Amino acid sequence: MSVDVRPGPLTRPTGVADRARRGRTLRGRTGARFSVRLEGRTALVCAGLLAALAAVVAVLLTTGDYPLTVPQAVSALLGQGRPADAFVVTGLRLPRVVVGVLVGVALGVAGAVFQQVTRNPLGSPDVIGFTHGAVTGALVVLLVLGGTGSAVPLGALVGGFANAALVYALSVRGGLQGYRLILVGIGVSAVLIAVNNYLLTRSRVEQAQAAQLWITGSLNARGWDQALPLAAGLAVLLPVLLVLGRSLTVLDLGDDAARALGVRVDRLKLAVLAAAVAVTALAATAAGPIAFIALAAPQVARRLTGAVGSGLVAAGLTGAVLLLLSDLAAQRLFSPVQLPVGVMTGAVGGLYLCWLLVAQWRRGLG
Amino acid sequence: MPSLPRRRRPAPVPAPAPTPETDPPVTALTTSTGPTGPVRPGTARLRGQDLTLAYDERTIARGLSLEVPDGSFTVVVGPNACGKSTLLRALARMLKPTSGHVLLDGEHIRSLPSKEVARRLGLLPQTASAPEGITVADLVARGRFPHQKLLRQWTRDDERAVDAAMASTHVEDLADRAVDELSGGQRQRVWIAMALAQETPLLLLDEPTTFLDIAHQIEVLDLLATLHEEQGRTLVAVLHDLNHACRYATHLVALKGGRVMAQGDPREVVTAELVERVFGLPCVVVPDPETGTPLVVPLARHRSAARRGA
Amino acid sequence: MLGLAALVLLAAVVASLAVGSRDVPLGTVWDALRGTATGQDALVVRELRVPRTLAGLLVGAALGLSGALMQALTRNPLADPGLLGVNAGAAAAMVTALAVLGLTSRLQLVWFAMLGAAVVSVAVYVIGSAGRGGATPVRLALAGTAVTAALTAYTTAWILLDQRTFDRFRFWQVGSLAGQDAAVVAQLAPFVLVGTALGLSQVRPLNALALGVDSGRALGASVTRTRVLTALAVTLLCGSATAAVGPVAFVGLAVPHLVRALTGPDQRWVLPLSTLLAPGLLLLGDVIGRVVVRPGELEVSIVAAVLGAPVLVALVRRRRLAQL
Repeated sequence: MSVDVRPGPLTRPTGVADRARRGRTLRGRTGARFSVRLEGRTALVCAGLLAALAAVVAVLLTTGDYPLTVPQAVSALLGQGRPADAFVVTGLRLPRVVVGVLVGVALGVAGAVFQQVTRNPLGSPDVIGFTHGAVTGALVVLLVLGGTGSAVPLGALVGGFANAALVYALSVRGGLQGYRLILVGIGVSAVLIAVNNYLLTRSRVEQAQAAQLWITGSLNARGWDQALPLAAGLAVLLPVLLVLGRSLTVLDLGDDAARALGVRVDRLKLAVLAAAVAVTALAATAAGPIAFIALAAPQVARRLTGAVGSGLVAAGLTGAVLLLLSDLAAQRLFSPVQLPVGVMTGAVGGLYLCWLLVAQWRRGLG
Repeated sequence: MPSLPRRRRPAPVPAPAPTPETDPPVTALTTSTGPTGPVRPGTARLRGQDLTLAYDERTIARGLSLEVPDGSFTVVVGPNACGKSTLLRALARMLKPTSGHVLLDGEHIRSLPSKEVARRLGLLPQTASAPEGITVADLVARGRFPHQKLLRQWTRDDERAVDAAMASTHVEDLADRAVDELSGGQRQRVWIAMALAQETPLLLLDEPTTFLDIAHQIEVLDLLATLHEEQGRTLVAVLHDLNHACRYATHLVALKGGRVMAQGDPREVVTAELVERVFGLPCVVVPDPETGTPLVVPLARHRSAARRGA
Repeated sequence: MLGLAALVLLAAVVASLAVGSRDVPLGTVWDALRGTATGQDALVVRELRVPRTLAGLLVGAALGLSGALMQALTRNPLADPGLLGVNAGAAAAMVTALAVLGLTSRLQLVWFAMLGAAVVSVAVYVIGSAGRGGATPVRLALAGTAVTAALTAYTTAWILLDQRTFDRFRFWQVGSLAGQDAAVVAQLAPFVLVGTALGLSQVRPLNALALGVDSGRALGASVTRTRVLTALAVTLLCGSATAAVGPVAFVGLAVPHLVRALTGPDQRWVLPLSTLLAPGLLLLGDVIGRVVVRPGELEVSIVAAVLGAPVLVALVRRRRLAQL
């Protein structure tokens, strides 16, 4: 492959790159005003994830203490069928499933954004420390102020944002480095964990255990009151993240290369992190700080799609499937005991990570 | 790697003998014209004015001014830690000067929209890293980012630019290979292709030959020279090897301690005296037998010791 | 330098014996120790403060040395002994003993915690050494993170299902020197002593490995043996400490840093000084915890985290750090 002086490059036939790249380009008639790229395998994987999601939803809606057939459930959804069916499906099971799907999507997308910005698979909101602040906020409301109901998510929101802002402020020094963000997050988390432990030991055991349940994260007894605000918030934030996500793919060439390509790196990082923290916060107010989905979903999605970087759509769908599967297991495995879903995600996620690491190392990677 | 044809300069002329009049001591250059360089005011799209550059508290350069002559292949040389890369980063708006301005087409570079700058000025940074598993074609296509919009993600223009960039760097055959699998020289060409796909009239390169063996270094430099000659792009590169710089540069800038010690056509400015002043290296300068450009030959140990003692 | 550390240690021991919800004059402390004094104060010193101080000494030394060893092993200034999964293992075993076997005695629980810590460390090491390349420090840290996540889920499930277990666990989890039993201290002392001897014996190979695996090998250090023995020492030390008083964050992380700032990176200084300085700081933290919310107490782990985290953050902000 020698480098010599050849005739001008423009005389060569074009299309080499386009054929070699994955995916197809959809263009408007003129080809100039509208052209969107779609990637075959990613689209296929997303379709598969949607199908899996539909299947798990069907199982969750029809099984349980009050079993239903799929047609019965469908007619209940459409407002026909017996009133008892309708109550079970649209009043109890559907809102829980909707909360599960939304929380899963939110955590999957937020995790993908965090990992992309920190360029580190451990860079999830759990590690960086949104979660511990949210727990502290909730514990203060539950155990110190004696609040209940809607006050708890509010406390979590305040605590989580305060935590995120503190970590951000302490990490910024001549630009935002992913690694420093993670380490400062670990430090701040340690203090918050100490505070949380302190609060747990200074209250009555029943109260403390109720608080521990909230900390673990659960979908038990979630209704439309949680589902609707969550849906509204995500309807605003997710499109923002998807639009900004395009610039995120350039970030993994390195900060300088991204800047040279016209990305305002620091502003972009701040904007997407703020949006991702807000998404995580919404999820936490609805279901508590559920562990590990944000960490695992982008990694699983990446291996399914084989794509470079984390596709936000695939990560969100994977998060939803993982969360609903975990919820199904949490409800059914130890029946009649109803474990909170957070226990399941932690166990499944931890074991999955073990398997992933061993598999990678066996293949001689990493 | 296959053989590497040597590139000859169009008209080799004997290098002027190093004479005293080409090298009046040029210290603390704060004016924009070099001592001997053919810089005419007004023909530089990219210029730095009175720059003070610093990382945290450490000041790298003070009152540094520089113009990049349009259409030149400018090479910046200097000893380690002289501020070469820092200067390049400042010119490419990666680093905000503590004082002074970088002007692109007469406007403050920081006041221009970031994507607008990215359509005129490209940079190949030292720190670029390919995401795991990315293919060559996908990486090169990332260079089109400043030309894309949300609903205009991949136009025929993008396609043509990427193909042209891959053709001129001769990486078409690697298009569907993963970047991780390539050799160092191939990888560097792919990165250059990405920067070329950006289709900027100005292209800055931070040590594009570091970590490459001698054959790959020449390969990359020949490629850059071809781009310069055939496509008329203005190139600015930081290089370590003084002899490479002399051979390829049309405009040489020698930095030391954050100051421009000399600039201009390497045939005119590179002298033994300058090399000793900038690098502290006793040497003789002879004409390169291939191109006639200056060739810096360090003195042998005993002679250089004798000279130091003198 | 050694003298300074010894001085801090001595002051801390004296403060730990004398200061608390009930301050005891130094003379009385001395008399109580010699057994000549009687009365309420002497009883407090002999029955409560002496075991507590001894536990602090033991745990502090174990945490300081295991932290220094862990950082030397991983060549990562932020490695914490907890990274090997020791805390999670001890917690999971504790919960099992409490909930499944219904054990409540502190003496029995300590053994379970110790066992859990050991088993989990071995598991982490086995996972970390899968495939070619062996157990590199990065792999150990990642494997520790993964195992910790799974075990935490297990622990959480039990404490949510069983209120009695939760009640015991939440007090163990917070990490405190209060209410120490002299028998527990006596049981764990041999483990800490063996761990200390083992850890200090690795000074020279660790110094060689500090230059990198290849340079270490070139200098004649056996990489695998050093790693295994160091990890074993960390497990013994950190496992006993956690078993005795629950997880205490930041002592193992921060003290070696402090020492390195004073002496430089030579392990011949870092390891012994960390062993000596950490108990002093831990006891001082405990004394602060006894004083700030009088007549109540703040657990030593909380004091340690609140005082130690700013050190960590300052450190992270100050310089470039090695990648994990």
